[in-house]
Amino acid sequence: MNWHAVRAIYLFEMARTRRTLLQSVLAPVITTSLYFVVFGSAIGARIPEVGGVSYGAFLVPGLIMLNLLTQSVSNASFGIFFPKFSRTIYELLSAPVSHFEIVLSYVGAAATKSILLSVIILATATFFVPLRIEHPLWMIGFLLLTAVSFSLLGFILGIWADNFEKLQLVPLLIITPLTFLGGSFYSIDMLPPVWRTLTLFNPVVYLVSGFRWSFYGHADVAVGISLGMSMLFLAVFVGVATWMLRTGYRLKP
Amino acid sequence: MHPVISISGLSKTYASGFCALKGVDLDIRQGEIFALLGPNGAGKTTLISIVCGLVNPSAGRVTVGGCDIVRDYRAARAMVGLVPQELTTDAFETVWNTVSFSRGLFGKPANPAYLERLLQDLSLWNKKDNKLLTLSGGMKRRVLIAKALSHEPQILFLDEPTAGVDVELRRDMWQLVRRLRDNGVTVILTTHYIEEAEEMADRIGVITRGELILVEDKAALMRKLGGKQLTLQLAAPLEQIPAALSNYGLVLAKGGRELVYHYEAEGEDNALVDLLRELAAAGIVIADLHTSQRSLEDIFVSLVSEREPGREGAR
Repeated sequence: MNWHAVRAIYLFEMARTRRTLLQSVLAPVITTSLYFVVFGSAIGARIPEVGGVSYGAFLVPGLIMLNLLTQSVSNASFGIFFPKFSRTIYELLSAPVSHFEIVLSYVGAAATKSILLSVIILATATFFVPLRIEHPLWMIGFLLLTAVSFSLLGFILGIWADNFEKLQLVPLLIITPLTFLGGSFYSIDMLPPVWRTLTLFNPVVYLVSGFRWSFYGHADVAVGISLGMSMLFLAVFVGVATWMLRTGYRLKP
Repeated sequence: MHPVISISGLSKTYASGFCALKGVDLDIRQGEIFALLGPNGAGKTTLISIVCGLVNPSAGRVTVGGCDIVRDYRAARAMVGLVPQELTTDAFETVWNTVSFSRGLFGKPANPAYLERLLQDLSLWNKKDNKLLTLSGGMKRRVLIAKALSHEPQILFLDEPTAGVDVELRRDMWQLVRRLRDNGVTVILTTHYIEEAEEMADRIGVITRGELILVEDKAALMRKLGGKQLTLQLAAPLEQIPAALSNYGLVLAKGGRELVYHYEAEGEDNALVDLLRELAAAGIVIADLHTSQRSLEDIFVSLVSEREPGREGAR
C-alpha cells in the first residue's frame, strides 16, 4: 500500500473542503434549517403524528439522508472530475498508486465530508425537534454504508462526465427526484396503493426507510431488506468503479 | 549495461483510428540525455504518455529499470518523473503544498529539506506560499518541474520543456538538466527546438508519423550527416574550374564568383590546406571565404522530408 499517496490525496481533498467551507458546509446547514422551519414547524404543526412521532422529528432522518446522498455524489464527482477537466490528472495517472488506493482516498474524503455534514445537520435538528435514536449502531452503519456507496456513485459520475453540464444534470435530474420521492418527507404508507408499489422501485426508499428505523424503530420496509439493498448498491458501484479504472474508461485513451 | 528504459514493438492506435505509433523499438541508456525530435503529431507525446502510464498501449512492451510498466507499474512509475507539455496546475494550491503533494503521491515520506533545496534550485523558494494562479507561465513551468522532481526520480521526462519559455528560463532549464545528468538522472526530452537537442542531448531519436526513423549519438550523427562547406569568394570570376583542381569536387556558383567546396569536418587529411595552396598556385585570388556546417536542423528537415514527400521543411 502506498499510504503516503492515500494520505496526500485525502488531505488534498479535505483541504479543498476547507477552502470552500462556506458553500460546502454552511449552505446545506442553512437549507436544512429552512426545511425544519417550513415543513417541521409551520406546516408540520398541522400534520398529525407519523408512525408515532411528530412530523418534525419524522423529517430528521429523511433530511439527513437527502443531504448525505446529494453531498456524497456531488463531493466525489467534483473531486475526480475537476482534475480531469483541468488536466492535472496526469499526475495521478502517472503515480505509483493502485486503483484501490485511488478509490480509497477520493471516496474516503468525499464520504468523510458528507458524514461530517450529516452530523452537523443532526446537531442542528436537535434545536428544532425532540430526537431519539433507538438503534445508534445501525444508524452509524447506515450512515457509513450510504456515504461510501453514494460517494462511489459520485466518483463514477465524475469519471463518466465529460463536461460540467453532465456533472450537474445527473444529480439534478435523477438523484434529487429519487430522494424527494423516496420517502424523505413522508411515509410511503401515506401514498395510494399504486404509487406505493411504484415507489418500491426507487432505491432511495430502502435507504431512507432503514435509516429512519434506526431512529424510531418504525420502517416502511423491513430493515433487513434495507440493509441488503444498501449492500447491493455498494457492490454494484464497487463493480462499476473497478471496471472503469481497470479499462481506463474516459481516463486513459 | 542494461538499458534503463526498453521499448519494444510499441504501437498505439487511438479509438478514432489514428495510428500514433507503429512498432517503435527504443532503448534508453542509464544516465544519458536523450532527445526525441519530430514534427507535430509525430507521436512523441504518445510515446512518453505510454511509458508514464497516461495512455494504454495497443501493442508492445515497455520496461523501466527492468520493471514492466503494466505488470509492475508501481516500481516502474516510482522511478519516473514527468513534466507535461501543458501548464496544468491546481490554481488554488500553494507552490509548497502542490510540490509536497506530488512527493506523497509518489510514495515518499515528507522531506522538507530536500524540497527546499529543489525550490531554491528552481528559483521558486520565495514563491513557495504563493497560490499557483498568481504565477506567470514561466514560473508555472518551474513548478511542474519541481513536482516532477519532488520524489527524486531516476528518470525524468520533459515534454517540450522550453515551448513558450523565455531565454533566461531556458538557460536555467538546460543547466538543471545537466546537473541532473551529473547526478545520474536519465533525461528524456521531446522538443521542437532543434538547437535544444543539439545543445543538450547525448543521443537523438527522430520520430515522424509514428515511426522512429533514426537513433544515433549526437556526435556521430553530426559527423555522419553534418559535412562542412567552404565558400570562397573570388576576386575575379572564373569561366571554369582549372583542370589541376578537378579532383576536389569543387562547384562554381554565382556566375563563377564563388567556389564551393564540401569536406568532412573531422577529416584527418590536409585537403583543405592543399586546396588553398593549389588555388594560389593556379593564380586564383580569394577575396573572402567562409565555412558553414550543416546544423541538426538541416539534417532533420532532410530526414523528415525524405520520408514525407511534399512536406518540405517540416518542423
